[in-house]
Amino acid sequence: MELAIGIILGCCALGAGMAMIAGIGPGIGEGNAVASACEAIARQPEQKGAVTSTMLMGCAVAETTGLYALVIAILLIFVAPGMFVGILKDALTWIPTL
Amino acid sequence: MSTTRRDKVIDILLLALTVLPIVCCMVLQILCKPASEGIDVTGAMIYFTIPMPLQDLPITESQINSWAVVLTIIGLTLFLTRRLRVKDISVRQHVAEWIVEKTEGLVKDNMDPYFRNFGPLIGTILGLSAFSSLLSLCGLFAPTSDLNIVAGWAVFVFVLITYYKFKCGPLYYLKGLTEPVAVLTPINLIGEFATPISMAFRHYGNVLSGSVIAVLVATGLQGLSSLVFGWIPILGEIPLLRIGIPAILSIYFDLFSGCLQAFIFAMLTMMYVSGGFPAEEFFARRAKIDAKKQSRR
Repeated sequence: MELAIGIILGCCALGAGMAMIAGIGPGIGEGNAVASACEAIARQPEQKGAVTSTMLMGCAVAETTGLYALVIAILLIFVAPGMFVGILKDALTWIPTL
Repeated sequence: MSTTRRDKVIDILLLALTVLPIVCCMVLQILCKPASEGIDVTGAMIYFTIPMPLQDLPITESQINSWAVVLTIIGLTLFLTRRLRVKDISVRQHVAEWIVEKTEGLVKDNMDPYFRNFGPLIGTILGLSAFSSLLSLCGLFAPTSDLNIVAGWAVFVFVLITYYKFKCGPLYYLKGLTEPVAVLTPINLIGEFATPISMAFRHYGNVLSGSVIAVLVATGLQGLSSLVFGWIPILGEIPLLRIGIPAILSIYFDLFSGCLQAFIFAMLTMMYVSGGFPAEEFFARRAKIDAKKQSRR
């Protein structure tokens, strides 16, 4: 029983860590967006306001995929272990031989 | 024009309406929340539940805090818009006019001219979202780090978007789903429902990740300070490194990120509503109807 719970907790933590690999994508994307915005401002400093607000919008949209991963990681850390352990205990009540 | 005593009393009452809800929330939190040690990342605390026929209705911390934010914003707006004049205006009227002009300018820049009266709605979204996120500066639970609150706003925006998409009738809307090719209809349907989900997750994830990181950093600094200063008899008990250093993170996560997310939520609302509205078709149909009326006369 302790071994099963330990495996559940460990796998949840591993899964959360692996889910956050998705943070690479938004990082690269936002870096590209900011680099281009810097170039645009250097070329046309009078358009700074418009470029900045467009860049922030683009960054927010690019960030979404990373945030999906974050939500999954948070669910795996805070919600999933309790749920899976509950399922395990429920199963043990009607399979007493396990 | 001299200010009378009655005016002053009303001003003070409105200022109290601005400050008191947040103070009440802080007192309620101090009274109800159990003290915690170490890493403590919890959701919104349930204050009490109201029994309902289908399912019990829990009244959570995030609900109470968002009601407090609503009261605060009402008090602030009433305070700012009192005694408006045309000549030699006061500082608070300057502030009120600045806010109104900025939101109207935002709506004018980003939306179709058909939506020129959208200023109050966008201002409401901006204010509610920004104040909710900034509530974490008072040590309170920010309502925007609860998915339920943000999902409610996103569903509201989704209803608004769909209403303006239906402006040319349901048939035109259904035809829009099969574009550019009829095979892509399922993907278009998914895209339709992905809008509110992604809006809710974006706002919630940004605010929540900030608070989670802040808690982790504070706990780590506590451990570090007990490692470094632990050998000093009395001072070692106090987590010295926790003083001031998490505030640097708080500037980014609470102030900057909170305001930025409010701005982004409002911008996305404007862009989706304005982008989903079939403007050309709508005005063409309206012109046709007007022409028919003219010819009938």
